[in-house]
Amino acid sequence: MVFVISRIPRTLALILVGAGLSISGFIMQQLSQNRFVSPTTSGGLEAAKMGILFAFILFPEASLTVRMLSALVFTFFCALLFIFFVEQVKHKNTVFIPLVGLMFGSILASVSTFFAFKHNIVQNTQEWLLGDFSAVLQGQYEAIYIILPVVVISYIYAERFTIAGMGESFAKNLGLSYHTIVYIGLLSVSLVVSASVVTVGAIPFVGLIIPNVVSMLIGDNLRRALPLTAFMGAVLLLVCDILGRLLVFPYEIPIGMTVGIIGGVTFFILILKRSK
Amino acid sequence: MENQKENKLVFQGIVKEYGKKKVVDGLDGAIKDNAITSLIGPNGAGKSTLLSILSRLLKQDGGDVFFMEQKLQDYKSSELAKKLSILKQSNQMDVKLTVRDLVAFGRFPYSKGRLTATDWQKVEEAIAFSDLQDFADAYIDELSGGQRQRAFIAMIIAQDTDYILLDEPLNNLDMKHSVHVMKTLRRLVDELGKTVVIVIHEINFAAQYSDYIIALKDGKICYNDTTHRVINPHILHEIFGIAFDIIEKNDRKICNYFNL
Repeated sequence: MVFVISRIPRTLALILVGAGLSISGFIMQQLSQNRFVSPTTSGGLEAAKMGILFAFILFPEASLTVRMLSALVFTFFCALLFIFFVEQVKHKNTVFIPLVGLMFGSILASVSTFFAFKHNIVQNTQEWLLGDFSAVLQGQYEAIYIILPVVVISYIYAERFTIAGMGESFAKNLGLSYHTIVYIGLLSVSLVVSASVVTVGAIPFVGLIIPNVVSMLIGDNLRRALPLTAFMGAVLLLVCDILGRLLVFPYEIPIGMTVGIIGGVTFFILILKRSK
Repeated sequence: MENQKENKLVFQGIVKEYGKKKVVDGLDGAIKDNAITSLIGPNGAGKSTLLSILSRLLKQDGGDVFFMEQKLQDYKSSELAKKLSILKQSNQMDVKLTVRDLVAFGRFPYSKGRLTATDWQKVEEAIAFSDLQDFADAYIDELSGGQRQRAFIAMIIAQDTDYILLDEPLNNLDMKHSVHVMKTLRRLVDELGKTVVIVIHEINFAAQYSDYIIALKDGKICYNDTTHRVINPHILHEIFGIAFDIIEKNDRKICNYFNL
């Protein structure tokens, strides 16, 4: 029974979230033409958390679906805001953009904390702060399946995302509507981020480091890179999950923390290596 | 003007304003088919603006562009992509795509990403036409600026449109690559019957390789004529405000504007 109620859902959730977040990161990096942009470095995770918080405050009895939708709206809006900001910035310093994203995220997080404090639910918000798969049980994680169709859409649109990443005039020349592609991309990313934050919490850095590693290995042609990206994202989360459970057995380190440490260090190395 | 019917790309009364400033003001003209037309003029004359309007990248505030006797904006974007292509100055991107991947994007209007055997054949032909066979599997971010520009032009060739518009294709290229690019464009016209429009800064490249020149100054067209007639010391002085000495060699004119 444990196997069906907990083990299978947990493994499936790990695989879907790992694959989904990595693909989202790749899409965001192509659309923003910046290697260091990801849900973590654009305020996406914080926006999703904010969405959940407001669902909590406004509809205390909110179902998982309502919370998920609220997270989706916040994440999508935040992603739009961020991309339009990136478009406005003339001086596209590679490291400057994600730094602004991190600051943007911190601002969203402090606004959230303020409202959480006022409504005495700071403790609840702590739960979403660190991603954790231990609470993934049958009947409580199904929102995560929304990632599956998003992966399919990403595969169908892979070429278009890469083309849009080459710039607006490049896309227009090939007869594509640049902004439609950007909206579809951001909506896909928002679906993945909000579904994963609602079910397992915020998992940082996956969408940042996996696409960079894949890009170094086999390049930026998204159609070709997508399978490896999904695979490596899933493997990273599975490994981190096992590590987190073995290190302090019989207790468990939340996966957000293990990924955060590994991802943070890798992010640092990537910045040194790739921004030259 | 009387034979405008024969020209498929015609523009009338084009106006574009940024704020209150009119960047181009009432441009009329036609692009001659099966020829290279160079747009020349000082900085801020409106060359790139006109090119962007002719290629649907920019919407004009007044006037119309007719392409095959139909208004440009009435075309479906995906259909127009098979007939008219535009290449803007490529900003230095660190995208890790191979030359072949990039050129294959040129087939997107036809294949929507699912390339057929014919598409791949066109891709290989375009790579060969631009002399890039040795670099076909190299990543474009590892190429020199000149090679990268040729790769982008190869993509436009694979797109196989009758009309090809290029915004400063020689920008930042050394002389060897500039000549290579211009010869490739010349072959596109002479061998494949394409129509090419370019914005160009170095007057000698325009004088050597183009058939027609449209000269702009202060948002207006001053001259729209054959290269032979526009390359004239008085006309060039009027456009650029510096003295020119024209030297004829092999039926082509060379403009000297140094130390005069």
